[in-house]
Amino acid sequence: MIVGVAMNEQPKDEGIVLTEAQKRARRSRSIAIALSLAALVILFYLVTLAKGPIVLVRPL
Amino acid sequence: MSLISEGADFRGPLTARLAEPSLASVGDYIALMKPRVMSLVVFTALVGLAVAPGSLHPLIGFTALLCIAVGAGAAGALNMWYDADIDAIMTRTQRRPVPMGRIQPGEALAFGLTLASFAVVVLGLLVNVLASALLAFTIFFYVVIYTVWLKRSTPQNIVIGGAAGAFPPMIGWAAATGSLSLEPVLLFMIIFFWTPPHFWALALTRTEDYARAGIPMLPVVAGDVTTRRHILLHTLILVPLGIAPWALGYAGALYGLIAVGSGAIMLVLGWQVFRERRPTERASKQLFAFSILYLFLLFAVLLIERGWGGLIARLAV
Repeated sequence: MIVGVAMNEQPKDEGIVLTEAQKRARRSRSIAIALSLAALVILFYLVTLAKGPIVLVRPL
Repeated sequence: MSLISEGADFRGPLTARLAEPSLASVGDYIALMKPRVMSLVVFTALVGLAVAPGSLHPLIGFTALLCIAVGAGAAGALNMWYDADIDAIMTRTQRRPVPMGRIQPGEALAFGLTLASFAVVVLGLLVNVLASALLAFTIFFYVVIYTVWLKRSTPQNIVIGGAAGAFPPMIGWAAATGSLSLEPVLLFMIIFFWTPPHFWALALTRTEDYARAGIPMLPVVAGDVTTRRHILLHTLILVPLGIAPWALGYAGALYGLIAVGSGAIMLVLGWQVFRERRPTERASKQLFAFSILYLFLLFAVLLIERGWGGLIARLAV
């Protein structure tokens, strides 16, 4: 038997569909990464204030 | 004799099942960083930082400790990436995120490498290059020298590999001063010689577990009696080293008292382990538990005597 599929009838590829649990896990990971990066930005800013102009001086 | 080939099915840590969208929570990633080991690393690094001479801005001190903590976490994640196959076999480790399948080995590898890079670069940029280089070497030593090379190939794995756990006070000292001296080396030596009796006491109670995973720990390869002799020998070296900071004038009378008293208990427990024979494990368990308290006491008293005043002065800057 020959099954013919017309060009405009190809099955739609929806890719990977995340479950609700996977979506929740991804969201919590994304928030953690965002908070970590924000903390890093704040840390660099505060250290720049604390060190002043010598921030670029890094003695051994 | 190759214990590895007789032990577990070593497929290589990169062999992973087909990747599915991750279910890993933030908690799984925290577990990947071995938080309990990290806390000990931070504590000993804090002591190294606090007892160092000179002044250090509290924010720079905090940054140094943060980088050391993250670096330790990175090393833990890379260790769990490489050891996923043997972690799955050992009872003590089979609930870790990678063997449980909650984090894929590749994710653990990427996480560890990212954290290691951040920790080393930030420590170098914001504190100093010597501390950064020491942290980089420590991570390299723990992951490559200990985890990849020594752990599966020699019963001296934790003797040499113990150096990785001994570096943090030196990194803390280097972060505060930008240099090294005899005192941080002494702190290094204390942790270095503390590690074998501590881990061998644990290994004595889990010999079958290590044997099943094919890890050539001393009790597996050399047997019960030899391990107990080595525990006593290392304890005999450790106790004088523990007293040395007081004897050399780096610490006060309280430290001397605690070091002599707790050192005597370590020696008694070491002797009891030496005299004990399987299947009795009481002395081994007692030595394992007390060795944690012993190290904590030595460093805590050093922190109180030498570091506390310095920390308060630095916070007042």
